[in-house]
Amino acid sequence: MRRFAGRALACLALLAGCAACAREVDSAGDDAPRSASERPADGDTFIRPLVGNISGLIPNITSDAHSHEVGSLIYDSLVTFNRDQRFIGQLAESWVQSGDCRRLDFKLRRDVRWHDGRPFTAEDVAFTYRTMIDPKTPTSYKDDFEAIERLETPDPYTVSVTYTKPLARSLMTWGMDMLPKHLLEGFVRAGKLREAPQNWNQPVGTGPYKFASMRPGEKIVLVANKDYFEGRPHLSRVVFRVIPSQSTVFLELKAKGLDSASILSGLTALQFTRQTGYHAFRKAYHKYRYPSNSYTYLGFNLKRPFFADRRVRQAIAHAIDKRELIDGVVLGLAREATGPYKPGSWAYNPNVKAYPYDPPRARALLAEAGWKDTNDEGILVRDGTPFAFELYTNQGNDERKKIAEIIQADLREVGIAVEIRVIEWASFIKEYVKKRRFDAVILGWNITPDPDQFTIWHSSRMGPDDLNTVSYANPEVDRLLEAGRQTCVQAERKQYYDRIQEILAEDQPYVFLYFRDALPVISSRVRGVAPGAAGISYNFREWWVPRPQQRYTAE
Amino acid sequence: MLLYALRRLLLALPLLIGITFVSFAVIHLAPGDPTAIAQTDPEGRWTPELIKMMREQWDLDKPLHVQYWRWIKRLVQLDFGRSFSQDGRPVIQKIGERLPVTLLLNLIEMIIILLLAIPIGVLSATRQYSLFDKVTSVFVFTGFATPDFWLAQLFVLLFSVELGWLPISGLRHVNAEYFTWWRQQWDFLSHLVLPISVVVFGGLAGFSRYMRQSMLEVVRQDYVQSARAKGLSERVVIGKHALRNALMPVVTILGLSLPGLVGGSVIIEWIFAIPGMGQLMVQSAFERDYPVIMGNLVIVATLTLLANLAADIAYGVVDPRIRFGGRRARR
Amino acid sequence: MTRFRRAFARNRLAVIGAAVVLALVAIAVLAPVLAPWNPNRPDVKKILDAPSGRHPFGTDELGRDVLSRIVYGARVSLAVGFVSVGIATAIGIALGSTAGYLGGLVDATIMRLVDLMLVFPRFFLLLAVLAFLKPSIWTIMAVIGLTGWMPVTRLVRAEFLALKEREFVVWSQSIGASGFRVVWRHILPNAMAPVLVAMTLGIPAAILLESGLSFLGLGVQPPYATWGNILSQGRDHIEIAWWLSVYPGLFILITVLSYNLLGEGIRDALDPRLRQAVGRLVVRSR
Repeated sequence: MRRFAGRALACLALLAGCAACAREVDSAGDDAPRSASERPADGDTFIRPLVGNISGLIPNITSDAHSHEVGSLIYDSLVTFNRDQRFIGQLAESWVQSGDCRRLDFKLRRDVRWHDGRPFTAEDVAFTYRTMIDPKTPTSYKDDFEAIERLETPDPYTVSVTYTKPLARSLMTWGMDMLPKHLLEGFVRAGKLREAPQNWNQPVGTGPYKFASMRPGEKIVLVANKDYFEGRPHLSRVVFRVIPSQSTVFLELKAKGLDSASILSGLTALQFTRQTGYHAFRKAYHKYRYPSNSYTYLGFNLKRPFFADRRVRQAIAHAIDKRELIDGVVLGLAREATGPYKPGSWAYNPNVKAYPYDPPRARALLAEAGWKDTNDEGILVRDGTPFAFELYTNQGNDERKKIAEIIQADLREVGIAVEIRVIEWASFIKEYVKKRRFDAVILGWNITPDPDQFTIWHSSRMGPDDLNTVSYANPEVDRLLEAGRQTCVQAERKQYYDRIQEILAEDQPYVFLYFRDALPVISSRVRGVAPGAAGISYNFREWWVPRPQQRYTAE
Repeated sequence: MLLYALRRLLLALPLLIGITFVSFAVIHLAPGDPTAIAQTDPEGRWTPELIKMMREQWDLDKPLHVQYWRWIKRLVQLDFGRSFSQDGRPVIQKIGERLPVTLLLNLIEMIIILLLAIPIGVLSATRQYSLFDKVTSVFVFTGFATPDFWLAQLFVLLFSVELGWLPISGLRHVNAEYFTWWRQQWDFLSHLVLPISVVVFGGLAGFSRYMRQSMLEVVRQDYVQSARAKGLSERVVIGKHALRNALMPVVTILGLSLPGLVGGSVIIEWIFAIPGMGQLMVQSAFERDYPVIMGNLVIVATLTLLANLAADIAYGVVDPRIRFGGRRARR
Repeated sequence: MTRFRRAFARNRLAVIGAAVVLALVAIAVLAPVLAPWNPNRPDVKKILDAPSGRHPFGTDELGRDVLSRIVYGARVSLAVGFVSVGIATAIGIALGSTAGYLGGLVDATIMRLVDLMLVFPRFFLLLAVLAFLKPSIWTIMAVIGLTGWMPVTRLVRAEFLALKEREFVVWSQSIGASGFRVVWRHILPNAMAPVLVAMTLGIPAAILLESGLSFLGLGVQPPYATWGNILSQGRDHIEIAWWLSVYPGLFILITVLSYNLLGEGIRDALDPRLRQAVGRLVVRSR
């Protein structure tokens, strides 16, 4: 079951800056000394949970978090992020971006080989590009590559990309995983990439781990790629165990059957704070806490008469006690959101209209909008219609369900009746969100380091498959979004995005609820874990376990 | 005998067609447009030609009866189509991976339930209203009345987390491939203990109560009374005459109880992370994976049908009256 | 009737069952009076508070009073049981009496339909259908009812076959009473006894089914409580909040237990001829 509904805007979903990246101090059994001089040891197995089956091992054509979790260890991309979320080369040795951000030139590393021994070259980059724009390729990430005017490979280790228009986020789009031309070309041409064995049990990438074996529904085993161009990863094996029930994941964790768990595998804030405090657990695991890059919102269907009036949306924002909501849902482990950018990131604008909890003000705004009378149940009525709407969210996400319950109670206080509908992800998206058959939704977005949110807010993006699901249309925002993505000068872009946040705060197409903290736990025998702006698993390759503490000896 | 079996088989054919019909109808009568799971991606920017391709591939643009007919035509060749989910694998392959585990679990569960339920039923019948009868009544009904997911949670907390005796979930230790053969078998069995215990505890009530009832009826029959009158010992009367006759009807409900067990494996497999049919059913239902849901329904129902058939034929072997009478005793 | 009463009263477990069933119905009816708190109002200052004087059964993960939720949950859980079994019984009586009374091809067809529905695991059917419907308490009741009519059909039909040959029926037919009238006035009332047993055993089965569906997230929608969904949420916090698991669990257990004991008691006190047919019900009801 998917926890985070809204995945990234690009396939790289990393943090947008970091205000306070600190490790949770609440860990007891960390008795081993960890000086910098300690030499990392190789070996041991790391066991991770997957709460769903993977749908394929070519990340470019899958969109579920589980497949990406596994795929990210098998494949590499041209660029990636370091701990502080700065771009660094991975398959690219270096790159040059032109001043008008229309052109990108990559120099590739010469020492990279696919897992089957073939060298990685510019041909593979060109092939990946062609695969992404092929209409027969079932991918959600076409947009970024369709913006490319031409891609040239003057020699096997040089790639030049020219964009039709300036695209500020272009470098980020090269976080896309690279695919082997020599194995996949035929499948792409036939439109059968999904059916390729490389998508199932013979994936070939350039990444730090190689595929070893899989038992469908049971586990996937990866082994260290000893010839990895940046040196072998220390952990010899990674086992992904498929455990569909989130409760079972927690039980396995308590019994030390797993080496990590997080919100993705269903670890709730309540469990994290109140059920992991006992000695044995603190000895076995380290708990980490850092701001994540995803926010949760209440989105209104602006086509519905209830929410067409901005004052109604503002009233609802005033009627929701965000502080209480954060305390109730994630036990305070989140920060209030004021807009779609993370507090502390460069694009974040702290000076926007705020909506403190204020039921009388909410009632006044509703009265202004014509909702004055109440019926005998205390529900507001306008022209004979009671203010009663349906609030949708997806099943399998405990937090969102709780949010819905708190919002329901809060809105009842100001005379609005809410019916909650919790629907399984597939039908939720297909039957309700895409068809706009909802009054309001609770959903979340993972945001990218680049502030370009054209696809979410631009009025041209209101089609059924588009992401502007609330049908938000504001000409000024449209203009700013266009301007913002076409310049590379950060200071200039900041002006545009600051203004966008002011307008969004005023318009309240969403009530922006909170940015949640990421709350992973990781086995205390593992060294080298260093969460940063880029999250926690960016340096998984460097994690290691001291010899005496290695639990699994298989090599 | 062969003739009898053949006739039973022939009679099952319309049911087989019925099974495909119900499996198809259940899904297609529900509202909603059965387009590919592909569209459930909120970021999905699928080209129209891609969606068209998928619709054609799955005949989604055809009227329902045409869809049904094509599906049946492929079904006859054991082609269940490809899954709608992103992996797009053949349905038969997905089910094939998962069927053996579920069958094995259900078989073991059935055997253990029978081994426990029959003695409980017999003893509580011969000692009706005794302390034993009352205690076992409450015991088996408690099992029946406890939601299995809750029982599973309690068992895992006690036997796995607290005591550490048994593994929590899955079928094998993560490192099982490095174990010796014997240890692998032991490891596998130890993974089955908890799920099977939960199911057995929940399933005891049905059979033991039925057995008790059946025994109570038989004991009142004339021939048992006369056997008693002849001065045969109670052991012989119960063990030889009564038990045999009381067991007969139990055979017929074996087949009937099978779907219940398989249905119960949905929750058990979900909790214990056992990759079986039940888990697949939940996942495919959640993903609206039509071909897999239909395939699951058809296969499970057909297997049940076959099991019933086998029970019928077995019953015919044991009790020739049925074979020649032509009517089955149970209706 | 007196024979029945005497036989029933002898079975002490059944009498206890009957008393508990009545008490539960009373709780459900009197929920607004009995519940000390609003069952759906979150209070984040009281998340997972242990049982106390103010909250005798503690609070849940949103700070809501568990006692109030259980009391209101009794309404929903029992309603799911009653309504779904009502639907199943209505269909079962209609089909069973048609089959039993008309016989011949109609009978054969209906009974094949019963056979057909019985080879599907009920939970599979529920999943297949519920995943496609807009979730609400009504769909859950309807779907549980629509997958549970087969045993009732069989019972009613068997009764009809037996009763059809009895003198009073043959006599009313001979004086020219219409088919419907014969069924309605003469046969049906006599066939009701086993149906009553079937209903008594069907209700706990429906309550258990709902709890299973809640576990998979397909049950009654939040914020409304059912015993099943309190229990399935409480599961994750069982080590720190036993009250969230123990109380709703006990309520389900006691309810299912008492209905079963009651059902068996009625059955045992009935005409012995009926017992065997009803006996099968227990096996199938999951």
